[in-house]
Amino acid sequence: MTTKPRIAILTGYGINSDIELAHSFNLAGGNAERVHLHDAIDGSVKLEDFAILAVPGGFSFGDHIASGRVFANRLRYKLGDTLLRLREKKTPIIGICNGFQVLVKLGLLPGTEPASFTQTCTLTYNDSGRFENRWCYLKTDANVSSVWLKGLSQIYLPVRHGEGKFIPGNPELLKELEANGQTCLRYCNADGSEPAGFPANPNGSTGHIAGLCSKDGLVFGLMPHPEAHVLPTQHPQWQRDGQKAEGDGLQIFRNAIEYVS
Amino acid sequence: MLNRIEVAQKSPATDSPAHRILKAMREDLGLPATIAEAAALIRVYTLEMDLNPADVERIGHDLFCDPVTESYAVNAPAAIAALPDFDWLIEAGFKPGVTDNVGRSAREGVADALSSTGRKLVEDDKVYAGRQVLLKGKLTRDQAVRVATTLLANPLIETWQVMARADWDAKTGIPAQSRKVVVPHQPSTKTIALPEDPAQLQKLSDEMLLALTLEEMQVVRAHFADAAVQAERKAAGMPLDPTDVELEMIAQTWSEHCKHKIFAADVEYTDENGKTETIHSLYKTFVKAATNAVRPKAPWLKSVFTDNAGIIAFAEGWDVAMKAETHNSPSALDPFGGAMTGIVGVNRDILGCGMGCKPIFNTDVFCFASPYYDKAVPEKLHHPKRLMKEVHRGVKDGGNESGIPTVNGSIVFDDRFLGKPLVFCGTGGLIPSELHGKPSWQKSIVPGDRIVMAGGRIGKDGIHGATFSSIALTEASPVSAVQIGDPITQKKMLDFLLEARDLGLFRFVTDNGAGGLSSSLGEMARESGGCELHLDKAPLKYAGLDPWEILVSEAQERMSFAVQPENWEAFRDLAARRDVEVSNLGTFTDSGRFECYFDEKSVCRMDMDFLHDGNPKMHIKAHWKPPVHLDPPAASLAKRDINADALQLLGALNICSKETWVRQYDHEVQGQSVVKPFMGKENDGPSDAAVIKPLTDRKEGLVVSHGIVPRYSDIDAYHMAAAAVDEAVRNAVAVGGEPGKLAALDNFCWPDPVESEATPDGQYKMAQLVRANQALYDICIAYDLPLISGKDSMKNDYGKGATKISVPPTLMVTVVGPMPDAQKTATIDFKKAGDLVYVLGTTKEELGGSEYFAGLGAVGTAVPVTDFAANFALYKKLFAVIQQGLARSVHDCSDGGLWVALAESALGGRLGMDVNVALEPVGKLELEVSDLALLFGESQGRFVVSVTPENAAAFEKLLAGSAFSLVGTVMADNALRVRRGTRTLIDTTVDEAFTAWRKPLDF
Repeated sequence: MTTKPRIAILTGYGINSDIELAHSFNLAGGNAERVHLHDAIDGSVKLEDFAILAVPGGFSFGDHIASGRVFANRLRYKLGDTLLRLREKKTPIIGICNGFQVLVKLGLLPGTEPASFTQTCTLTYNDSGRFENRWCYLKTDANVSSVWLKGLSQIYLPVRHGEGKFIPGNPELLKELEANGQTCLRYCNADGSEPAGFPANPNGSTGHIAGLCSKDGLVFGLMPHPEAHVLPTQHPQWQRDGQKAEGDGLQIFRNAIEYVS
Repeated sequence: MLNRIEVAQKSPATDSPAHRILKAMREDLGLPATIAEAAALIRVYTLEMDLNPADVERIGHDLFCDPVTESYAVNAPAAIAALPDFDWLIEAGFKPGVTDNVGRSAREGVADALSSTGRKLVEDDKVYAGRQVLLKGKLTRDQAVRVATTLLANPLIETWQVMARADWDAKTGIPAQSRKVVVPHQPSTKTIALPEDPAQLQKLSDEMLLALTLEEMQVVRAHFADAAVQAERKAAGMPLDPTDVELEMIAQTWSEHCKHKIFAADVEYTDENGKTETIHSLYKTFVKAATNAVRPKAPWLKSVFTDNAGIIAFAEGWDVAMKAETHNSPSALDPFGGAMTGIVGVNRDILGCGMGCKPIFNTDVFCFASPYYDKAVPEKLHHPKRLMKEVHRGVKDGGNESGIPTVNGSIVFDDRFLGKPLVFCGTGGLIPSELHGKPSWQKSIVPGDRIVMAGGRIGKDGIHGATFSSIALTEASPVSAVQIGDPITQKKMLDFLLEARDLGLFRFVTDNGAGGLSSSLGEMARESGGCELHLDKAPLKYAGLDPWEILVSEAQERMSFAVQPENWEAFRDLAARRDVEVSNLGTFTDSGRFECYFDEKSVCRMDMDFLHDGNPKMHIKAHWKPPVHLDPPAASLAKRDINADALQLLGALNICSKETWVRQYDHEVQGQSVVKPFMGKENDGPSDAAVIKPLTDRKEGLVVSHGIVPRYSDIDAYHMAAAAVDEAVRNAVAVGGEPGKLAALDNFCWPDPVESEATPDGQYKMAQLVRANQALYDICIAYDLPLISGKDSMKNDYGKGATKISVPPTLMVTVVGPMPDAQKTATIDFKKAGDLVYVLGTTKEELGGSEYFAGLGAVGTAVPVTDFAANFALYKKLFAVIQQGLARSVHDCSDGGLWVALAESALGGRLGMDVNVALEPVGKLELEVSDLALLFGESQGRFVVSVTPENAAAFEKLLAGSAFSLVGTVMADNALRVRRGTRTLIDTTVDEAFTAWRKPLDF
């Protein structure tokens, strides 16, 4: 009997999508455990003991000052060495919504080589100036090689954020990220074409970018919520078009579990 | 030592908060773009602590500033970087002592940033957050002040300053300021003699804001004059006169808000025929009696009326709790903070229900005056548009930051809500039926258990909240009644509470809401029979609070626990690990007394029986005289352009799309949603109710709906209440809820119904309340619908005399119920061309109180009369239809009648329709129902259902015996055609209807 890979789902301080994220990893064949950040910092739980690390969505520290900032700083000051070791060990890491904001502000996304805590891009206020809960079509870049997105081309997921507008530190960096396949997920129209703007691109992101990965594809972050679409009945039109076998987000978690198994 | 850090956006492209300010200046204040030219927002952080310059710099760089989009300046202005040619500067920040959530998180960030240096923050090290707005444009000072006070700051809780460019020093900018609270006061307890003279006694109540009546004050006076009481006090070394702690505690315990004196009163009710009867307690006679009558048919009721919320069985091994509250008065004064405390407060009701339920959804219903209100707004009130934006923002932030999805709600408009908005907030919770081998809804306290308070600290915020909400709002309403919620502190407490619950670390939990510790511990002490509370052990936000203030403060985010002595250390240690402050404040006893100490000195020694049962019963008169209203003249109705009216009606505030507002709520966190607030082809068809599936490994669903129709009270509050219940049940049934398995919550919001000089029409308003209760009883019995929880708010008036504004009597009904299979549901949108369109239920000539008549400025006469028997029979059949999957779409008919239901079904599916309303069931065949009533009348108990042609026969068979008929077909084209026989009544398009319906509240 093979044992299921253990996934650490960080929680505490206003993170709020941890339970459904744990459920999603479990549905995909994993063994997810919610780990309170405090317990990871004081060492009573060791993040190195897990095969995958996930930073869920929520409002860590109320998103005060800037979304994800205080949580990111706490990780950097209190768990920085551990995170760098996880990168060396090639542990897959995912950040969703607030977790994505945390990873970007921490500098792990899009990331440097070797990994460091240097922030090069940001996620800031939506152009609308509003938090919105809205379903969006997303497609993967053609040259993407992230383990998290294997086999996926176009998916439909909800966004639920007020600060999801992606801005790269400079235009050259964006080109480099695109060439590397790091601008892995973009908002699109229902037919896959490029959006004219709001609402298909819900926040005004540069290049309609919704998700990023590290150069090695192991660290992946996105504003939309794949854990909010693992069941067919979570799709807002499930009563019109009939139920799919599973929600579009589930494959993302399955990919990571297959990678570490 | 003060350091000030200002953070500015490098480019206007990322300054969307400033864009919204500019938009509001233009749209809400009517300032043209030439005057409101440009804006920029600067975030201001003030650090009050000893720091070396290098650390300040590092904190600015690492914590406050985003390296990609922002720049920062330490002890220097960032204004030039943000908007070089600004003309006005406005700065705003909270007054000292007001909850500053950003400042609190920033302090944690500062502590983390300093951790590598070994510098640890101490109690007195503070961080304050503020904001500065720069404006470019030719504003006058008055205009700039208006921007500051009506858009940017609430002067009640925030300080603000407006500075012209010429007065601004580019070198120093705005200097750093401390906001440390200094209360130059040595805490003390006063003894208060109660004068015999009635006028003096009443004056004492008024001046102390006790909100007690003369009769109540006299009962209190008699109690302390009682020989036995005096002897006991003497023996215990207490003064014979009451202390301020004792008087405040009595006032809080006996407040209308906590004691529901009007619902408990003896009412002398005279009906329209002059027949008089005495009703001993509306609550017992109607509300409780209805539940008791239904109880034998509802074995799934677990806990009703006794706890913070009602609890019903959900699925095997799981129960669901539900509670709805109002937070009207605080929201009128500080709409953001008031509404936020409303939602996080009701979350705590769920956390404190049974052994602690996990909040799984929120609901919210708001009542406002029109945002387009263009007359003068009375003193101390906010313009309805600002009120709406800020109440919405408060509930949105409170719910979103707590990670609880907002799944159902509505916004109701009537200009009488100018005086007081109604802000209903509801929360549902989930709990295992058993915990540690005991039913989870049961809890108890044993003498010797520790009194433990957890969560936020106590300040002067929210003092007199309970008594304040029991009186009318005036220009003199107290500032201290306002609080601001802190969702993150509460979220940490929520996570901790559930963890401690599962470890079995406490014996009892309840929330600290209105009345603070006085209320929560007052109730808890009844479990053991007394308590010994040490008020000096309570953690304070700042020193200088008197003992009575500590006892009644409504500072937020606090729960009270009874912890077994042997668990205290484990409880405290877990709390420390979860960053939750807990304090042991004393011990529960069985002394029969509520005793408080401050620095070992006894300051309160109250007999529990007197405290809880000593208040005198009110006697209230009620006289029902049906009001006289007229229908609009028949001749003018005959001339109406029905097609134009139909489009106009879609844009009525009570009917048009609320999507812009609802989308800003997180309605999907926790991953349970099955029927979301908006469904349909483009995700914008408004659902009748929510369906969630709270348990990932089970198929059961939970339906959540509500009903509210204040307009009908203008004709008869009986039919208002009946229709509110019918609407709530109908909405639940429309998405697959099972009639007879639903539970309801009643929230009454009334104007003061007690006759007095200020309320000369009290007898009529009280009669409306009696009639609403009669209806509630009648329909709950008819629908096998138990009431599991409820609340009343009885003083929803502004001002006195000629300027008095009273809300229309309003009953808001929430319905929840388990569904055997969450997938057996229906949504409102037409699915496919060729499907058959049916109308279920009978249409009568009932335009009285309708949205259509309201649009014509009329009330009318024939209010919709709910036919309990016919409706309940139909609902059971529709449940069977949905169970068997025979309905392609189901939508209830409510505001705006059949036309609006048809149009919304079509818009939701982006499909056309061809409907002949001559085929509608109209009851008696001989009765001629007008075109207007057929289209826009609001007869209760009706639905629009679409069915595939293949299923039509089976569908019709299930409905046999109820009123229903086939009225038309879903069409593939864009046309919405409604005719009566061969006569075309409405001929429009999906696009035209959509625009009319989508636009009015899209701001």
